[in-house]
Amino acid sequence: MPETRFTKDHEWVRRNGAIFTVGITNHAQAALGDLVFIELPEPGRSVEAGEVCAVVESVKAASDVFAPMSGTIAAVNGAIIEDPALVNRAAESEGWFFQLTPASPEAFEDLLDATAYRALLETP
Amino acid sequence: MRLVADLGAGPGMESSTVELALSPLDALHRALGARMVPFAGYAMPLSYPSGILAEHRACRTHAALFDVSHMGQAELLGAGGDAALEHLVPGDLLGLKRGHQRYTLLTGHAGGILDDLMVARLAPERLFLVVNAANKAADFARISAHIPAEIQIKPRTTHALLAFQGPRAAGLLGEISQGFTALPFMGVAEGEIAGISCLVSRSGYTGEDGFEISVAGADAEALARRLLALPGVVPAGLGARDVLRLEAGLCLHGQDIDATTTPVEADLAWTIAKRRRATADFPGARPILEALVAGPARLRIGLRLEGRAPARAGAPILAAGEDIGYLTSGGFSPSLNAPIGMGYVVTPAPEPGAPLAVRVRGQDLPAHRVTLPFIPHRYAN
Repeated sequence: MPETRFTKDHEWVRRNGAIFTVGITNHAQAALGDLVFIELPEPGRSVEAGEVCAVVESVKAASDVFAPMSGTIAAVNGAIIEDPALVNRAAESEGWFFQLTPASPEAFEDLLDATAYRALLETP
Repeated sequence: MRLVADLGAGPGMESSTVELALSPLDALHRALGARMVPFAGYAMPLSYPSGILAEHRACRTHAALFDVSHMGQAELLGAGGDAALEHLVPGDLLGLKRGHQRYTLLTGHAGGILDDLMVARLAPERLFLVVNAANKAADFARISAHIPAEIQIKPRTTHALLAFQGPRAAGLLGEISQGFTALPFMGVAEGEIAGISCLVSRSGYTGEDGFEISVAGADAEALARRLLALPGVVPAGLGARDVLRLEAGLCLHGQDIDATTTPVEADLAWTIAKRRRATADFPGARPILEALVAGPARLRIGLRLEGRAPARAGAPILAAGEDIGYLTSGGFSPSLNAPIGMGYVVTPAPEPGAPLAVRVRGQDLPAHRVTLPFIPHRYAN
C-alpha cells in the first residue's frame, strides 16, 4: 500500500515498496502559478537531503526543489520537461519529478504525514 | 521547494509587517478570488484564478482590465505649470497640445532617471501627471519644491486608475461610452463611461491599444464591474502586466531604469526634445547631452534566449565568454513561447542577431540580441 509523506518545503514523497517518488504539492503548484520550465537532476546523481536537485520556473517566479532524503536519483519524469503545465494539472500524481533510491529508507518516517502537512498549511 | 525569485518581491515592495494601503477595488479583487501581494506599499492583485497565462492571452487577443490604482496621480494647476515642470524633465511640455499626453522622465543632476511619468494637458493651465507608485511621495515633493507658489500640485489621493487594454478594448468601450474611442494614441479626454465621470487617456503599459481611466474611488467598483461585464473581458493582475510590458520592451522604474541609469544608456534618448537639447536646462543636461554626442558607456538591449529556461534580473550577459553586462528584467514570453530579457551591456553593444549568452545557475545559456520591442506595439493611430 503506497504511503505519502510531505516536507515543510511543500514536496511530497510516495513510498511504494522500494520506490520513492518525489514531487511538489498541489499547494506549491498553485502558489507558483503557470509553470513554463523545469530542470531535473541526471539519473544516477547522488544527493544529500536538503540539496537543491531540481528547478521550477513559473511565469512569475523561480524555485528550487530539494532532495527530501539522501540517496541516488533512479529516474526522472521526462513528461514534465516536455509539458511543465502537467505539474499544474496533476502535481501529486502524473506531475511527479523524480524517483529516489534512499540511502536509508527509514528517513521516510521522519517526514510529515498528511495531517501534519495540512496543519502546516493552516499555520498563518 | 523554495521560492528564489518572485514578482511580489519586486521594486517598491515593503515588509508585510507594514500596514498596506488598499485600492478602491480591494473588495472586488477579493470577491474575484485574486491572489493579493504587497506591491509599493499597496495590497494589489498578482493574478486571478484563471492564471497569468490566460490573463496575458486575453490582453493580447481580446481585452483585459487591470487595477493600477497604486500609481500616483496629480493635477498641476496654474499658469506656467508646463514651464515650471520643464525645469525637472527633458520633455517638451510647452509644446504639449491640449488633449494630449507625453511620456517623460524626472532626471537628477547626475543625469539619472528619478522616475518616468506621463504628463497630459487637460486645459491650458491644467496638467495631469501619472507617476510610479513607489516614487509618488518623492516625485510630488520634488515637484512641489520646484514650482512657484502660484502653481499648485494637487494629488488625486482617493482616485482609482484602471487600465483597459487589448485589441478589442476600443470596440468594447464604445458600447458603453461615447467619444473616447475617437481618441488618438496618447490622446486624453474627460467624459463619462456608463454615466460615471472619468478622465481617459488612450495609452497603457502592455503594447496593445487601450485606455487608462482615472475615476473617483467611490465610483471605481461600479465602473470596473461594468467593464468586466462586457463580453470576454477578464480581470488581469500585476503578474500579467509585468509579462506584457516586458514583451513590449517597456521599462519598469526601479528595475530597468533608476537614479543610476541615464536616458541615453536606457535607450530613451527619444524622450529628450529637440528644443530641450538646445536649451539644455533640465537636471543632468550636461552629462546626458555629452553622452548623446559621445555615446553612452553602456546600453539597454533586448535578448532572446534559446531553449526554455528563463533568466531573471541580475543574470550576467556574456559575449565570447566575457562578462559584458547583466539582465534587469527577464522572464518567459508566452507570445514568443521563449525566454526573453532586457539588460545593460557595455558599449559598443553587440549588433542585433549577435550571439551572446546569459549565465543561469552557473550555465551559459545561448542567447542573441534582438531589437526591442519583442512584440510589435499595436497602438491606435
